[in-house]
Amino acid sequence: MGVEGIGARVVRKEDKRFITGKGRYVDDIKLTGMTHAYFIRSPHAHAKVKKIDSSAALKMPGVVAVLTGQQLVDDKVGNLICGWAITSKDGSPMKMGAWPAMAPETVRFVGQAVAVVIAESKNLARDAAEAVVIDYEELPAVADVHAAIKAGAPQLHPEAPGNQVYDWVLGDEGAVNAAFSKAANVVKLDLTNNRLAPNPMEPRAAIADYDSAEEHFTLYTTSQNPHVARLVLSAFYNIAPEHKLRVIAPDVGGGFGSKIYIYPEEMVALWASKRVGRPVKWTSDRTEAFLTDAHGRDHVTHAEMAFDANNKILGLRVKTYANFGAYMSLFSSAVPTYLYATLLSGQYVIPAIHAEVIGVYTNTTPVDAYRGAGRPEASYLLERMMETAARQLNVDPAALRKQNFITQFPYQTPVIMAYDVGDFNASLDAAMKAIDYAGFPARKAKAKADGKLRGIGVSCYIEACGIAPSKAVGSLGAGVGLWESAEVRVNPVGTIEILTGSHSHGQGHETTFCQLVAERLGVPISQVSIVHGDTDKVQFGMGTYGSRSAAVGLTAILKAMEKVESKAKKIAAHALEASEADIVIENGEFKVTGTDKAIALPMVALAAYTAHNLPEGMEPGLKESAFYDPTNFTFPAGAYICEVEVDPGTGKTSFINFVAADDFGRLINPMIVEGQVHGGLVQGIGQALLEHAIYDANGQPVTASFMDYAMPRADDVPSFNLSHTTTLCPGNPLGIKGCGEAGAIGASAAVINAITDAIGKNNLEMPATPDRVWRTIHAA
Amino acid sequence: MSTVKLTVNGKAVAVDVEDRTLLVQLLRDHLNLTGTHVGCDTSQCGACVVHMDGRAVKSCTMLAGQADGATITTIEGIAKGDELHPMQAAFRDNHGLQCGYCTPGMIMSAIDIVHRYGGQLDEATVRTELEGNICRCTGYHNIVKAVLDAAGRMKVSQAAE
Repeated sequence: MGVEGIGARVVRKEDKRFITGKGRYVDDIKLTGMTHAYFIRSPHAHAKVKKIDSSAALKMPGVVAVLTGQQLVDDKVGNLICGWAITSKDGSPMKMGAWPAMAPETVRFVGQAVAVVIAESKNLARDAAEAVVIDYEELPAVADVHAAIKAGAPQLHPEAPGNQVYDWVLGDEGAVNAAFSKAANVVKLDLTNNRLAPNPMEPRAAIADYDSAEEHFTLYTTSQNPHVARLVLSAFYNIAPEHKLRVIAPDVGGGFGSKIYIYPEEMVALWASKRVGRPVKWTSDRTEAFLTDAHGRDHVTHAEMAFDANNKILGLRVKTYANFGAYMSLFSSAVPTYLYATLLSGQYVIPAIHAEVIGVYTNTTPVDAYRGAGRPEASYLLERMMETAARQLNVDPAALRKQNFITQFPYQTPVIMAYDVGDFNASLDAAMKAIDYAGFPARKAKAKADGKLRGIGVSCYIEACGIAPSKAVGSLGAGVGLWESAEVRVNPVGTIEILTGSHSHGQGHETTFCQLVAERLGVPISQVSIVHGDTDKVQFGMGTYGSRSAAVGLTAILKAMEKVESKAKKIAAHALEASEADIVIENGEFKVTGTDKAIALPMVALAAYTAHNLPEGMEPGLKESAFYDPTNFTFPAGAYICEVEVDPGTGKTSFINFVAADDFGRLINPMIVEGQVHGGLVQGIGQALLEHAIYDANGQPVTASFMDYAMPRADDVPSFNLSHTTTLCPGNPLGIKGCGEAGAIGASAAVINAITDAIGKNNLEMPATPDRVWRTIHAA
Repeated sequence: MSTVKLTVNGKAVAVDVEDRTLLVQLLRDHLNLTGTHVGCDTSQCGACVVHMDGRAVKSCTMLAGQADGATITTIEGIAKGDELHPMQAAFRDNHGLQCGYCTPGMIMSAIDIVHRYGGQLDEATVRTELEGNICRCTGYHNIVKAVLDAAGRMKVSQAAE
C-alpha cells in the first residue's frame, strides 16, 4: 500500500470545495431567463379534483403560467412507472393504479401535486398559488395497512381490489410446516417497522432548460443515478429521446435512496420548460420533502421461529404487510420482497423459511428503498426474534446466536441468496470483547444500585450488496441490468480522468476511486480526477445505491484500468525494446524488470497520442472503457452491541457504549468506511429511538417538519467504537463487500434489544421514545 | 422594496430587496454566496448558519432588513486566502463531512461554540451545543472530533497571533 493507495486513510479531495462554500448543488445554479415553479398540492389524503380556477392567479404580477394535470394528459406525458415486476402467489401480476405527475382527477395522498405555477420568482409563484382555486370533493381515506385491507375500507385504485398490490411468497411452506410440527419450542413475535422520512439535508431540486432550436433538454437534478433518470424520462415519460436529453447531477447533498427515483417534479419541470420556452427551477422546501420524497420501511409483521430441544433453529415463518403508500414508486415493489425476504436467513442456519408479503395501498406518501431498503426490516425482525428466543429459552443471546451461526461457506440459504464467504463468530467475538460482554452483569448490578436500569443488546446483521448480477435480478423481475460502466482516459501529459457511472453524494468517490489508480500506477491522486454525474460526459451508468459503488463501480474502473495498463505496457515495451512480459509498473514508471531501463507514464501517454512510434498496427490514444456485471451479490456482515441505561423515572435511554465489528472485505479508505458506518449507525439509532413518520387515521401527516419529526441530533447519539474483521469477497477482484448501509441495517435491533433487556419487558415498538418506554416499564 | 446596507465578508454592500426577503435569500440570490444553504426553513437544521456581528445566527429565519448595518461573515469569508480557517481544516482532517450540505452551517456554528467556550470544550458540551445543526450523513462522530480538534488548533493560532 502506498501513502495514497488501497487501504490508506487519505483525506478527501472533494472536501475543499465543501468546507469553503464552493460546492455546487442544483439550487446554487442560476440560468439566464430562469423561471420558478411552485407546486400546488392536495391538502386532502383522498379527493376528487372537481375544478381548477387559475384565472385570478394568471393576472398576478410575474406569473408566466399555471399548468395542470389535464394539460399533462393532453400532451401525452407518461405516468410514473414501477420498474420491478412482482408476481403474486396465484400467478397474477402485481396490481397497480396509474400515477400521473400531476393529478387530473383524483388525489390519493396529502402533498400530491395538482397544478404548478410558473413565475418570475419563487415568492411570486407562491403568491399566485394562493390565488388558484381548486374544488375538491373529499373521499374517505385510509392510512394504516390493517385498516386498508379490511372489507369496506376506502378503495384507492380500481385496478387493485382490496387495496392489495400483491400477495407474494418465498420459500417452501411444506418444509416450514414440517419443521414446526417437530419443534420443541416455538417463539412468536409481532412487530412494526416504523415508517421513516429520508431527509437528506439537501432538499430535492430541479432545473429544466429546453432549447427549442435543438429540441434538446438539459436537466440539473438531485439524482443518485442521472443515467437511469434519463433512461426513464426518455423511454417511459415521452419527455425526449435520450440523445436530446442531458441529465446533470452535480454536487448532491445526500440521497440515502430517496434520490434514486424520478419524481413528478422533475418531469413537470422539463415539460413546463418546453411549454413556457424558458428554464424552470423547482426547489423543494422541507415540508414538501416530508410530503413527497419516497418514505422508507413501514412493515407490520408476525413471525414464528421453531427450535429443537437443543435450541437449534428448525424453521422460520414470516407474514408481513408492507405499506406502499398511494402509488408504486420506481423500485418499491422489490423492497419488501427481493430485498427483504431473501435476507431472512440472517447469519443463521435455518433449514426452512417461508415468507408471505402482502403489499398494500394506503392514502400516504409512496414508500420505496431507503437506507438499507428491506434489509433493515429483515435484520430487525431476525435480531429481535433471536433476542426474544434467548429470553424465552432462557439462554444467553450471544450464545444462542453462535450456536446457530452459519460456519461453512459457500452457504445456500432457503431464500435465494447464496452467501459466498463470512466469519460471523469473528465479528461477534470482536464486538463482545470490545464491549466487555463478560463484565456486563457486574455493571448492571452497579447501575441497579444507582437506581438505573442497565441493558445490553446484540445484533448480528447480514446484507446483500454489490447490487447486482443483471441476469439474476432480471430473472426476479427487475426492469434494468445492474452492472456499472467506467472509462479511463490517460491524457497526453499523463494525467488521468476516470469517468464512472457511479454517483458520489457524500461517499467520497473522488478520493477512493483515485486511490485505486494510485495503487495500480503509483501516481499521486492529485494527477487523477473523477468525472461523474453528467450523461453528456459519462457514457452510461446505473448510479449509486445499495452499497454498490465500490464493489461494482470501482471494479468496472479496475477492468478499464487493466486494459489501459495492457496497452501502455505494449507501448513501453516497444519504446524500451523489451518484451511486454518483462514490463512492470512502479511509482508511475514502466520498468523492464531486473534492469534500470524505465519510461515514465507521461512519456508513454505522449507516445500513445503522438503516434510517431507505436507498435505495428496499434491504434493511437490511451483510453479504455469497461462494463462490469457482478457474478453474485456481496454479503457484508457484522455484529453490533450496545449498552444502555434507562431512567425508570423518565423512560429516557442513554448510551453507555456502542461497539461495531463489521466485515466489509477489503477497505479502500478506512477513514471513509468508518464515516459511512457512523452515519448508518445513527440512522439505526434514530429509527429505534426517535424517528417516525406518522399519519392520523384520515391520512393527514402529523410529522411534516423538523419540528414534528425527530431527527437524530448530536446530543441524542453516542460516539462509536468500531473495528473490522475481514473475509475478502471472492466475487470481485478487489475483495470488496460494501459499507454504506450496514449501520442502518444492524443498529436498530441492538438498541431495542438493549432497552428491553434493561426494562425486563420484551414488547417495545420503535421508536422507543421516553414516553413509550416509561409506559412499558409501568404497564401492568 | 428597501435598501439593506451591510458588510459581508469584509465588503460593504447595499442591496435593494423586497421587504419579505430573508437574509439567506439576500446572501444566496443577490450576492451569489451559495455556500450558505437552506435545509429546513424552520430554524431547526442549521444549514443556513452565518455570523452576524460575530455571533452565529440562522439566516433562513431572519429578514434581510434585520441585518441592516450588521457585519455578516459567511462560510466563504473565514479562510485567509488559501489558508483554511482551523475549523475548516479540522473538518477535512477528521472526515467531519460527507455530502457537504450541512457543513457550512456546522462550521459556522462550531466556530461560534469555540469562541463562546474559549476553547474549553468536551464531547458532551460539543454535542449539546450542536443540537441546532442536523447532519444526516456522518452520525456526528467525526464532526464532534473535528470541533474538539479545532478548539485546540484555534487556541494555538490565537496564541500565535
